[in-house]
Amino acid sequence: MQRRSFLQGMQGGLALGLLGLAGCAAPTSGIPSKTRVLVVGGGYGGATAAKHVRMLSDYKIDVVLVEPNDVFISCPISNLVLGGSRQMAEITVPYTALSSRHGVRVVKDTVASIDTAKKVAVLASGPSIAYDKLVLSPGVDLMWDSIAGLKAANADGRILQAWKAGPETVALRKQLEAMRDGGVYAITIPEAPYRCPPGPYERACQVASYFKAAKPKSKVLILDANQDVTSKGPLFKKVWAEQYPGMVEYRGQHKATAVDARTGSVKFDVQEEVKADVLNVLPPMRAGAIAVASGLANANARWCHVNWLNFESTAAKHVHVLGDSIQLAAGMPKSGHMANSHAKVAAAAIVAELSGWEINPQPMLNNTCYSFVDAKNVIHVASVHEYVPAEKTFKPVAGSGGVSQAPNELEGVYAWNWARTIWADSLA
Amino acid sequence: MKPEQQRLCAVAVLAMAMLASAHAQDARAVQVKSLAATCGSCHGTNGKAVEGAVVPGLAGVPAVHMIEQMKAFRAGARQATVMHQIAKGYSDAQIEQLAAYFAAQPK
Repeated sequence: MQRRSFLQGMQGGLALGLLGLAGCAAPTSGIPSKTRVLVVGGGYGGATAAKHVRMLSDYKIDVVLVEPNDVFISCPISNLVLGGSRQMAEITVPYTALSSRHGVRVVKDTVASIDTAKKVAVLASGPSIAYDKLVLSPGVDLMWDSIAGLKAANADGRILQAWKAGPETVALRKQLEAMRDGGVYAITIPEAPYRCPPGPYERACQVASYFKAAKPKSKVLILDANQDVTSKGPLFKKVWAEQYPGMVEYRGQHKATAVDARTGSVKFDVQEEVKADVLNVLPPMRAGAIAVASGLANANARWCHVNWLNFESTAAKHVHVLGDSIQLAAGMPKSGHMANSHAKVAAAAIVAELSGWEINPQPMLNNTCYSFVDAKNVIHVASVHEYVPAEKTFKPVAGSGGVSQAPNELEGVYAWNWARTIWADSLA
Repeated sequence: MKPEQQRLCAVAVLAMAMLASAHAQDARAVQVKSLAATCGSCHGTNGKAVEGAVVPGLAGVPAVHMIEQMKAFRAGARQATVMHQIAKGYSDAQIEQLAAYFAAQPK
C-alpha cells in the first residue's frame, strides 16, 4: 500500500515535471496531478480546511483547493444586501490570500467525478488529481424538481432563491426595488433540515425593514413548510409583531408543491394557493451534487454520515465531508460558522493521520449565529459542542449556549465584527 | 554482546523513545491548536484580532487574566452578550490549556 502510493507519488512527480515543461508553452496546464490533501469547495468549510491543514502541518502538507467561483461570496450577511444596508462588495472576499499567504494551490474548476477506491478526482476541464486525503465541502444542492415549475421559473430569472449568495442576491434586490408599494413579497421555506435555520426569518425582517422605509403599504408573507419557526422563534415573532405590525405575516405548515411564474402563484400540499408580486422560493436541500454522485449521501440519500472524530465519510475511506452536506448531530445547525468549526477538527485529524500521530480523542466545536432584524439590531443563537466518546457523537455541552434576550445594537456591531473575523479566519 | 554493541543498542532505544515522545508532543500540540482554533472564528486566527476589531484579540493575553475572565463569564460575574453562554461550554482544564496557548502567541 505504502509502496503503491510511493510509486504513485513518483509518477505524479514525473507527470508534474512534464507538465511543468509543457507549462512554458501552455500556461493553462498548471494543475498538479497529485496532492496530499485535495479540498473540493471553497466555502466556509473548504477554505478553512485548506488554510488550517497548511498551518497545522507547519506548511509541510501540500493542499490543492478546487473551487469554481473567482471569489468567495458570503451567505451570512447577504440578507442585508436585500435589505439595502450592505453592498455585494462588502460580502465578497478574494481567494488570493489562501495561495499567497498559505501556499494553497487554488484551481478554478469543478470536480466532475471522484473515484474513492483509486483516490482520484477528475476535474470538469479534464485533468485528474490523485490525493491521499480528500476534503469534500460542497455545500447544499437545491432540489429543483421537488417543486413543479420551479426549475424553469428560476432559469429565466422570474422566481429566485438567492439562498446561494451571488447574482441572485442582486437580482432579488432589483425585484424588490421594482415592486409597487402595496405589493406582496412571499418567501417559502422547505422542511428542516436546510442551510441556515434562522436565515429565512432574518430575510423576512430585512425585506420588511426595506418596505417600512420605502414601500410602507407592502406585505411580507412567510410560508413555512415547518410547523413553526425553526430558530429563535419567540424573538422573531416579537420583532414581527412589534416592529413590523400588519406587514409581516407568518403561516406555518405551508409546504410548496408547485409554482406558476406567469401568475405569480405558489401551490401547497394542503393549504390554499397564494399569489405574490415577488416570489422567493427556497427548494428542499440535500448534500452537494458531487457528494450525492460519489455515493456519500448515505443518510436518506440526502446527507452524508461521518465519523465525528475526523469527519471521515462512513461510505468511503480518506474522504472527509464538512459543513452543510453532513447528516448533523443533535443541536448542530447547518451554518457557515459550524462548517468553519468542522473544518478545524477535520484539518487537525488529517494532519495527525498523515503524520502518523494519534488524533484528538475529544474535539470541540462551537457556533454563533447572528440575525439582523433591521439594519442595526441583532439577535443571536450560540452553542458549544463536545465529542462524547461513549456515544461517538457531538452533543451540546450541558448548560452552555443560548439566545439573545432581545434585539440590540451592540450585537449588531459584534455581528459585523464576527463576519469580518470569520472571513479572515477562513480565507486570509 | 560487546560493550560497543551494547552502547549502540542503548543509543538506538533512546533515539526511538525520543522520537516517540516527540511524536506525542507534536500530536498534543496539534490538539491544543485545534482547541484554540474554536476561538479563532470570533477572536481571529491564533487569537490575532482583525484590524479595527471591537472584540479583543487573545494573543499575548496573560494566562492568569484569561482564566479569570473565562471563569467570570461562566459564573455570570462578567456580563456579556454571547461569551457567558460560550464560556459555559469549556472545562477548567480546557480554559487553562487555552490560556497557556494564547499567552504564548505573538500579539
